[in-house]
Amino acid sequence: MTNETLAGYSNLALYSAMGVLTLAMIAYAVFLARLVPHRERLRDEGAERVEVREAVHVGAGAPAAGGGASARPAADGAGLPAEPLAARKAAGVAGSLTWLGTGLLIASVALRGLSVDRAPLGNMFEFACAATAFALAAYLVWGTRRDLRWLGLFILVPIVLILGAAMTVWYAPAAELLPSLKSYWLAIHVTVATLSVGLFTLGAVLSLLYLWQEHRATNEITGGFMSAFPAGKTLERMAYGVHIIAFPLWTFTLIAGAIWARQAWGSYWNWDPKEVWTFVIWVIYAAYLHARATSGWSRQAANWIAIAGFLAIIANYAIVNVYFVGQHSYSGL
Amino acid sequence: MRTALLLLLLLAVAALPGSVWPQRSIDAARTADYIAQHPTAGPILDRLGFFEVYASPWFAAIYLLLLVSLLGCVLPRSVQHWKAMRARPPRAPRRLERLSAHASEEVDATPEQVLEAARDALRRRRMRVHSHDDSSVSSEGGYARETGNLVFHIGLVVLIVGFAYGHLFGWKGDVIVPVGQTFANTLTRYDTFSPGPLVDTEELDPFTIRVDRLDARFEENVQAKGQLGMPRDFTAHVTTTASPGAPEKSGTIKVNHPLEMGKGTAFLLGNGYAPTVTVKDAKGTVLYREATPFLAQDNNYKSVGAIKVPGDGSSTRQLGFSGFFLPTATVDEATGPTSIFPDAKNPVLVLTLFEGDLFPEGRPQSVYTLDTAKLTQVKDAKGEPLRIWLEPGQTLQLPGGRGSITFDRVDRFAGLSIRDDPGKWVTLGASLASLLGLVGSVVINRRRVFVRVTPAIDAGRTVVTVGGLAKDDDASMPEVVTEVLAQITQKAGR
Ligand code: HEM
Repeated sequence: MTNETLAGYSNLALYSAMGVLTLAMIAYAVFLARLVPHRERLRDEGAERVEVREAVHVGAGAPAAGGGASARPAADGAGLPAEPLAARKAAGVAGSLTWLGTGLLIASVALRGLSVDRAPLGNMFEFACAATAFALAAYLVWGTRRDLRWLGLFILVPIVLILGAAMTVWYAPAAELLPSLKSYWLAIHVTVATLSVGLFTLGAVLSLLYLWQEHRATNEITGGFMSAFPAGKTLERMAYGVHIIAFPLWTFTLIAGAIWARQAWGSYWNWDPKEVWTFVIWVIYAAYLHARATSGWSRQAANWIAIAGFLAIIANYAIVNVYFVGQHSYSGL
Repeated sequence: MRTALLLLLLLAVAALPGSVWPQRSIDAARTADYIAQHPTAGPILDRLGFFEVYASPWFAAIYLLLLVSLLGCVLPRSVQHWKAMRARPPRAPRRLERLSAHASEEVDATPEQVLEAARDALRRRRMRVHSHDDSSVSSEGGYARETGNLVFHIGLVVLIVGFAYGHLFGWKGDVIVPVGQTFANTLTRYDTFSPGPLVDTEELDPFTIRVDRLDARFEENVQAKGQLGMPRDFTAHVTTTASPGAPEKSGTIKVNHPLEMGKGTAFLLGNGYAPTVTVKDAKGTVLYREATPFLAQDNNYKSVGAIKVPGDGSSTRQLGFSGFFLPTATVDEATGPTSIFPDAKNPVLVLTLFEGDLFPEGRPQSVYTLDTAKLTQVKDAKGEPLRIWLEPGQTLQLPGGRGSITFDRVDRFAGLSIRDDPGKWVTLGASLASLLGLVGSVVINRRRVFVRVTPAIDAGRTVVTVGGLAKDDDASMPEVVTEVLAQITQKAGR
């Protein structure tokens, strides 16, 4: 029932993707390493000018950053002169490598699916490949609309780590599924789950960067490569933007999972450990959205909740799948 | 909001123990094992409800408080929203330049023409439009955000109502049906039955299900990493009737493909082997001939079971066989007889024999084990406990003129679970409504857009200013303002 040749090509594509994405990660690191000293020099030289400009701003009673129909967002390093050539080159290489690596990863997932003649979402190894492919695709597509090169390193580090774990710890050979997984709900429920996990990964990275940026601001830390990043407020808004796409998708995952549970196990809710964790993750992210809308709560606290949500996702994946006794017996380990 | 937030965080934490400790409602045996193995912590945890988290008072307290908080929040908000949707947009601020998003331009048109163009542009954005004076237009849109949010929260309440309804009026029962036998949906026919508190168990739908064949397929090709022998497909071929004597229909029940039977849905949740065994007495009279289900203990279907031969009940020398059924038998040096593959490639019954009172004092007992309190083990000629090893078709004469036992053949059985949850459609509808509401509440933005006109210095020309006020965190407000201004100037001419 499984086509070994295609499965072999799938693994080959995966190894290539891993190599290419590792190189892309290094290239993004080089990009930041080249960009940051340049930015710092610019800031030191331009510090005086900036101060003068800010004084004028305040004097005119202008609203906070981000306002004004014609005002460009203060972040994104707008207004600063071009980057050094070396940084731009590194970013170009990194970008191309990321596209290539993502293409290879998607090819690997597709070949895996063809080799086993089903949706390639039957065990932990396959989820990890699909979720990272979704996260990368989201990053690349978003990157065509705004400059996200500064995020490259931070999105590739977790992805390369996850893929590494998938290839070593979670690897499962291509095989047919258990009867309980043979359902079109597999494709629906798990595709959306991996898609939202991909987005939550992106959201968690942005929330962390935001918290870091805030930490720098409160402790008046200047310099360092974070100075090349957007301001905290922009990062926070980006994180929120990603989370409010991921959350309804996770809600859908929960509903689709319940419908499938009813088909496969007879009851739509069994308090199976995996269901409990999916529910807990959902509640934590709902708390994040509430915290963000609650006036007494700081944005930092809200973002910490989002990070707790992501930790729960990781626990659900790496611990609950493997060690907890339940009906979700699909880790393939 | 703050209370709801804290309760949500509390709910997340409180739900976790149920995934860490075994739960009685899911796996009573594992729970009992756990308590036995942890003699100090076990009973304490038990008293605190850690083995029945989702039925414990503290868990209920959290979600009930959350529900109360939810209603207390959503009902007033619904009223408020109802009023807001029918109210006029507020008067435009005097100086639109003070709003965070604003833009202005001079156009070659009279103030009236510009205002008309503005109303038109705003209406086309499906905003609610009103002029409080003749130099401004106020508009408001995106009420659906709040509607969506309310639908989302109310949906959650209805969902819980559906859940509760299913618990009160739903039921489930499990039954093992060997191939060839018919199950009739009555209370007594079930091996276990758990009705909700408000179910009338006399009123079950009288349908019947006969299991004609059960196909099972296991992995035989992929050898790697524990894949060999993994289950691949189970299908029960059945014949059903809506009531005894009604026309027969044939169908299949598979994992993921339950069979809907009126008020009740049949799921194939288990399977195994039911060897048919004949026990005769010394005169050759048949005392027992039945397909006897044995319960699988591991992935290779090493199955335990018992054959209880009460005879005519008059004798105190009743016979009880207990032991294993092995679908692909071998004898392991260390662990004795075992099965190495789940399919019936080399089926063997391995039994020991007991004699005495099978049902002491009529105590309830499992059909898969013997209660050996009033039984003594039968020995062979050498004085060793008698070991019976039978392949299909073989007969063994029992020692001491106790008759004979024959292993006729082996069939599979279907482990059916039949369930009815009348609340499921309410829950499903509510959860889908919630999801839609949620999507609405995150993609739609509540906005106010104001337009103000002042005569320009040149006669016949007008300065038009557009200002926007976002209620939510809405980064696209400046774009909306620019777009509205462009639409107005285009319509009114420069
Ligand atoms: C079962 C528990 C609850 C869940 C899962 C839940 C979930 C959510 C979610 C996901 C949102 C975000 C929607 C958005 O971003 O617009 C939200 C918003 C909101 N929730 Fe809840 N909620 C719950 C209970 C409550 C309760 C008890 C209250 C009232 C005290 C409440 C008040 C609100 C309010 C006012 C908003 C709007 C925030 C905004 O306008 O952005 N929620 N809720």
